[in-house]
Amino acid sequence: MKTSILKIIIFIFVIFSLIVFWQGLKKNNNYDTKRLIGTRISNFKLIGINSDNQYITEEDFKENKFTLVNFFASWCTPCRTEHKYLLNLSNKKINLIGINFKDKKKNANNFLKELGDPYNFVGKDTDGKISILFGVYGIPESILVDSDLTVIKKIIGPIDQIQYDEIVKLIQ
Amino acid sequence: MKIKNFLFIAYVLLANPIQASDSQAKLLGVYKNLRCLVCQGQSIADSNSDFAATIKLVVQDQFNEGKTEAEVYNFLTSKYGEWIVYQPIFNKNNFLLWALPYTALIFGGFVIFFVVRKTKHKKVN
Repeated sequence: MKTSILKIIIFIFVIFSLIVFWQGLKKNNNYDTKRLIGTRISNFKLIGINSDNQYITEEDFKENKFTLVNFFASWCTPCRTEHKYLLNLSNKKINLIGINFKDKKKNANNFLKELGDPYNFVGKDTDGKISILFGVYGIPESILVDSDLTVIKKIIGPIDQIQYDEIVKLIQ
Repeated sequence: MKIKNFLFIAYVLLANPIQASDSQAKLLGVYKNLRCLVCQGQSIADSNSDFAATIKLVVQDQFNEGKTEAEVYNFLTSKYGEWIVYQPIFNKNNFLLWALPYTALIFGGFVIFFVVRKTKHKKVN
């Protein structure tokens, strides 16, 4: 009788362990900030790159149906490759916000002067704190939000033709 | 009166470093529980990367604003997912993971109890 109870306990324990491992295997542990899609960005104030008196808040985002927030820096080489797509997007019905990440004002302005300024507003993120609010962990990264500041799409790395086409499709 | 003044000054001088080291230890504990997402197997405490430096600033700011450790973890997991914390947060998806050690402990207790009882019975017989 006692042996059979022990066997039952061992059996239950083995089944329980298998369920735990099965649950663990099902879980996706690959890090990906795309899970931000559907969440809201809030509580931020973005100071302009050239003037501390210029700033935008989440209220300004509400005026536009779609806003693409692009994190860039003059020292970031992939940012140069995606810039032509941002220039093309500036002709579309989308609000483009550039956030200059951990960069020098002079270098950032030279970058925009050299490649063109596609942005409706360029803010600065000198210490990187704004990037954390947007779930950014490396640049370039771009976040497409709607008027409610809900994340619709997140692009990790430079925008390419495929990503560009997807953005255009989404904002139509 | 002089003794009182002396004690007061001594308290101020001694208490502040203790408080400071407490908050430093608390911060370090949080940094150690946060994964550096751009590093290979390093915590935020171990890493000197840009990402780690920024996370440290954000955590410090949130503590200065009076937020609790749980609130800091909630904020960061809302932005980067649960992967950013080493110690998983208890929820319906991982309750089995949390329950397993306790279940193993109870089960182990039962096994020992039965084995000891069986051995005793054998000896008696």
